[in-house]
Amino acid sequence: MKARVHVFLKPQVLDPQGKAVMQALRTLGFSEVESVRQGKFFDIETGPLPAGEEGEERLRAYCRKLLANPVIEEFRVEVLEP
Amino acid sequence: MNIAVVEFLGSNCDHDAEQWSLHLAGIRSRMVWFTETDLSWADLVILPGGFSYGDYLRCGAMAARTPVMEAVKAHAARGGLVLGICNGFQILCEVGLLPGALLKNRTLTFLHQEVVLRCETDRSPFTRGVGRGRLLRVPIAHGDGNYFAEPETLKRLNEEDRVAFRYVSPGGQVEEAWNPNGSQEAIAGILSDNRRILGMMPHPERASEALLGSEDGALLLRSVLGVFQGV
Repeated sequence: MKARVHVFLKPQVLDPQGKAVMQALRTLGFSEVESVRQGKFFDIETGPLPAGEEGEERLRAYCRKLLANPVIEEFRVEVLEP
Repeated sequence: MNIAVVEFLGSNCDHDAEQWSLHLAGIRSRMVWFTETDLSWADLVILPGGFSYGDYLRCGAMAARTPVMEAVKAHAARGGLVLGICNGFQILCEVGLLPGALLKNRTLTFLHQEVVLRCETDRSPFTRGVGRGRLLRVPIAHGDGNYFAEPETLKRLNEEDRVAFRYVSPGGQVEEAWNPNGSQEAIAGILSDNRRILGMMPHPERASEALLGSEDGALLLRSVLGVFQGV
């Protein structure tokens, strides 16, 4: 399976990096920019995994165990190739 | 008293921690590799500062998944003492032994400077000998020391008297201008619910001899030793 896992800060967690990026964009003349939140993603290739919910649940376990810190982050898994 | 100092790949204050007890009390710590699985002999486990695993993924995230942390959890479950300094604090939060998380400093810069801490509780082995309200001058050296917790966690920490240290002005007041990294409620260190685990961003082990500019950090270790020896 090929998957992309997105990890991003919870909305209530301040993101000073995102804020700095927003200010830089505005400085460059993109004055319409109102908010930037910075996150990260992981492109993951695995051996065969069950299709559908079962495989996705496996990916979510990666997030709960390591890829995301539930205190500050949320995540979303996306299957690119079954 | 048996002290374990855990060494992860990228720890860089492990020997500062070792020298701390050696110079102050003649106690030789045992340096413990991150692959260790048994800490049943230890009375105090120190997770030192540094940049374990290059801060990959999140600060402390990789260290929190090493074999020795299972032994640290078992030690904590037995009521053992744990002190996490700087990266050690980040690791304790990552592993769930302390609540909350350490975010990037609000300045977005690495901060290395002396700060003034106010001891907020004497109800722990680490702070009993320091005393509530006492001010300590100790250094910080971190990029990610901005303490974050959900409002209900903060409320619980306050209600249970588990905030150990706050960043304050030289006069001893909590003021935003003297909160270097943007930590919520200027929190610099917190205790576990059994009060036997302390995590703190500042470095008491680097401020325990006059030659280093401040001896205030020695109060912490002397407090632990005093409690342990029943003084």
